[in-house]
Amino acid sequence: MMDFAYWLPIVWAVILIAAISIYVILDGFDLGIGMLFALERDPGRRDVMVNTIAPVWDGNETWMVLGGAVLYGVFPGAYATLLPAFYLPIVLMLLALIFRGVAFEFRVMTRGTPRERLWTTGFMVGSGLAAFCQGAILAGVVQGVTVTDGAFAGGPLDWLTPFSILCGLSVMCGYALLGATWLIWRTTGVLEASCRRWAARLAVGLFLCIVAVSIWTPLLHAPYLRRWTAWPNMLFVAPVPVLVALLGGLMVMGLRRDHSKGPFLCALGWFFLCLSGLGITIWPYAVPPGLTLWDVSSPPSSQFFQLVGTAILLPIILTYTIYSYRVFRGKVTETDGYH
Amino acid sequence: MQPAHDLALLLARFQFAFTVGVHIIFPAFSIGLAAYLAVLEGLWLKTGRPVFLDLYRYWIKVFSIVFGMGVVSGLVMSYEFGTNWSVFSQKAGPITGVLLSYEVMTAFFLEAGFLGVMLFGMNKVGRGLHFAATCCVSIGTLISMTWILSSNSWMQTPRGYSIDPTTGRFMPADWLAIIFNPSFPFRLVHMGLAAFLSVAFIVGATGAWHMLKARREGRIASEPVRVMFSMAMWMAAIVAPIQIMAGDAHGLNTLKYQPAKIAAMEGDWTSEGRAPELLFGIPNMKEERTDYAVKVPLLGSLILTHSLEGKVPGLKDFPRDQRPPSPVIFFSFRIMVALGMLMALVGFWSLWLRRNSTLFTNTLFHRVALCMAPAGFLALLCGWITTEVGRQPWTVYGLLRTSDSVSPIALSSMAVTMTAFVVVYVLVFGSGMGILVRLLGRAPQEGEHDTPPSHASDILAARMHPDVIDPSAGKGA
Repeated sequence: MMDFAYWLPIVWAVILIAAISIYVILDGFDLGIGMLFALERDPGRRDVMVNTIAPVWDGNETWMVLGGAVLYGVFPGAYATLLPAFYLPIVLMLLALIFRGVAFEFRVMTRGTPRERLWTTGFMVGSGLAAFCQGAILAGVVQGVTVTDGAFAGGPLDWLTPFSILCGLSVMCGYALLGATWLIWRTTGVLEASCRRWAARLAVGLFLCIVAVSIWTPLLHAPYLRRWTAWPNMLFVAPVPVLVALLGGLMVMGLRRDHSKGPFLCALGWFFLCLSGLGITIWPYAVPPGLTLWDVSSPPSSQFFQLVGTAILLPIILTYTIYSYRVFRGKVTETDGYH
Repeated sequence: MQPAHDLALLLARFQFAFTVGVHIIFPAFSIGLAAYLAVLEGLWLKTGRPVFLDLYRYWIKVFSIVFGMGVVSGLVMSYEFGTNWSVFSQKAGPITGVLLSYEVMTAFFLEAGFLGVMLFGMNKVGRGLHFAATCCVSIGTLISMTWILSSNSWMQTPRGYSIDPTTGRFMPADWLAIIFNPSFPFRLVHMGLAAFLSVAFIVGATGAWHMLKARREGRIASEPVRVMFSMAMWMAAIVAPIQIMAGDAHGLNTLKYQPAKIAAMEGDWTSEGRAPELLFGIPNMKEERTDYAVKVPLLGSLILTHSLEGKVPGLKDFPRDQRPPSPVIFFSFRIMVALGMLMALVGFWSLWLRRNSTLFTNTLFHRVALCMAPAGFLALLCGWITTEVGRQPWTVYGLLRTSDSVSPIALSSMAVTMTAFVVVYVLVFGSGMGILVRLLGRAPQEGEHDTPPSHASDILAARMHPDVIDPSAGKGA
């Protein structure tokens, strides 16, 4: 039983990080497309942008619901301290996601009326705000949360620091890059050409953000620096900057040489590296600096019961998610909706 | 400090009630409508009659809007347990959090995974697969309801747990006992029927509206209009009486496990046999009596225990600090019951008219059916209020108090977000309702799928829903 209580939280931490990563990548390009509305003003091309994600955005957002539910059932101690700690940015994010989510239908249904502008703006601003809040919340976790007797004991604006603002902007930039590279893959013509231009600038921006956050993070807490430089963690940390630079090179090449999927895959690689870095940094804490994974875990009977279901259901979910992406594969153009 | 805490608690409760109250409408709508769409598409495949496809095309537009609003308002709920009720989620998370996770994995992904195919994929995957996608979405809505009602029922009638003495946490001991807790089967049936009935009355009212309009314009209502009205009235006639029986069984179950809730619903203060039923009254929690009571002798015992001698509970049986607020649920319960009776009456009336072949010509009946549009949803909300407010002052019945469940959120933050929620919900969901009303105000056409679109919005909707308007557009990638 002792072993169970030790290993189950580790298994669940890996599943949770995977779920968060899948969310960030999938909804990342959805939110990125929303933000790119700021650059693309043509209504026809805007519709193409939306059409590339209309059949899949809902499934993408479900990974965020899964993240919340897993945290609630498996790490209730983290759920119960992190959510009150980030109360304001979380509510702001949820409200922003409401505007983003209803815009898919409302924009079309109010076409030609003054209301349409409201929902188009809501789609754009909602996407940007949600991205910013997500970055700020992740930064808030890395910064640490004031906890007394297992409950949040800080102030409502503790999370708001220059570091969290930088991370919020970084995530906005990163999602916009995901969105632009996704559109390079899924569209043609003028829109694709614009996206290549935007992606080049966003890639430079994100690269600078990654460098800045990477330098800043170990300065936040001495233990983070120690963890990065300790053996054998060094083994995982050292190749990261090299890989980031390598992917940057591939990205530039892919954008120049009219590669269709390449830039998107490079952007995914960057996100994967950043999220792994985040995981290594706060490991084994769920709520830094005080609560470890084991402190916040639900009893093994809960974690095991949920693990059995997850082991069966997650592969099924992935299968039909991939199927639904395949149904809508291929380039989307302005004249004929889906092809 | 204490008044600020009380006010923060009140705001946390009001915020949760407001957001869940708005949310609950949409999943209930989706449950009923997804099942209706599955039936329509199945009938179309089986009979080949175009009218069923017309209706499918008509109602799927409504479904896409309703489902979208359900998704965004539901996302809020999955985080609000933690933001507003952190102590509750800390202690009950090992049970309710796990049930919610199962809901996400068995239902939400299923719905979301096949929604895209259902809305946009008719010409991409073939008829059989498309029907399968519709069924998957419909089954997903039903699975979702099952888990969330299991979780909610566990909070009402907790079973299969032990309490950790050091942390006060609920530890799962027997998952089957947790999931199939005593009030769950009753609540599931009652809520499921409520969802079907609510949608039946929306469909019926839409049909009634277009028949009245056709009559005013001196033409005969189109076939899709008549078919949807007839289908909705069959549902009313069959489901409403079953719902009354299901509600009665749920009441007996509540009497057994949550007698204080029954006492508060009935406005009864002293426990007695041969008890009267109060048709009206104003329960007075302070003076421990119900003012202005209008009573029917013996009926209380008869309804609650199915016997004239049966003993019904009174609120004085319970300590003051364990009584649910009777004035709220006394009325919400009565409104629900009255609406339920009205819906059953409409159902019976429709049978009578059907026998006389005047179902499509009796304008008075059409006007009544139109007025009954919100009846199902109002009854559903009143029932929800009754069961949730009736659980007070507990979150986990008899074990964890609401006042001990709340998050340590500053009053100022709570006030700011409360304002933001109200403003955003009124704007977004108010606009959504407006869009729905406009959609339903347009009559379904014969050949809904291939008539040239008549509204500008439809031309552009064709871009969004290419298959809905023009089935010949596009083929596989």
